[in-house]
Amino acid sequence: MERIPILRMGRVLLVTIQVDLQDQVALALQDDLSSQIEKTGANGVLIDISALEIVDSFVGRMLASISGIANVLDATTVVVGMQPAVAITLVELGLSLDGVRTALNVERGMAMLAADDRSQID
Amino acid sequence: MPLQAERDIVMCRQMVRKLTQQVKFSLVDQTKMITAASELSRNTVVYGGGGEMRWELVQQGIKTGLRLAFEDKGPGIPDVELALTDGWTSGSGMGVGLSGSRRLVNDFELRTVVGEGTCVTVTRWK
Repeated sequence: MERIPILRMGRVLLVTIQVDLQDQVALALQDDLSSQIEKTGANGVLIDISALEIVDSFVGRMLASISGIANVLDATTVVVGMQPAVAITLVELGLSLDGVRTALNVERGMAMLAADDRSQID
Repeated sequence: MPLQAERDIVMCRQMVRKLTQQVKFSLVDQTKMITAASELSRNTVVYGGGGEMRWELVQQGIKTGLRLAFEDKGPGIPDVELALTDGWTSGSGMGVGLSGSRRLVNDFELRTVVGEGTCVTVTRWK
């Protein structure tokens, strides 16, 4: 089974989803991210979904649960790059992604995580 | 096309993408139809124990559209009203599969017989 690579940039874990996700691959990513947060002590997770053409309830649930797990492990998750058509569909489908923080693009997402990091140190 | 395993859900999405492009759906309409297909094909695989998807390009007056039918020979749905309620789930999902995909299409028809199977037919017009 393929796996989604997780990159580390300082205290942030960076994930770019480039493939049409099979359910099992999405679940594996959830597990991999949880163990990577623990292993690296990361306090931020950035998930770039700009290449995703759809987000259905399964992937939506995965994003929400990654965000929840990361939160318990003291890390903030930001989902970035959602395409407008995907956002429209997601809301109509009935998923609001409660508790998932989002940003328009990677740059803004990184800025959000950096701001969090600073306020934690202060 | 057959819907037996999880990888078939991905194949189904790709097939529906091609079809919606053939009918020249707008990007938002494409996304809605593919998302509905993803939810319904997952239902067929996970809850229906496998089945198939059929498709048809339809014409009504000057309207063109795409019709998809997801059929399984699974346990059927005992309470259709309940199954179409937001947030209700018989499995581990979020309970938006059926009710949500109904909102993503123009026509939605559900036929089910307990012990015989379920067929969900959806149509989206351009």
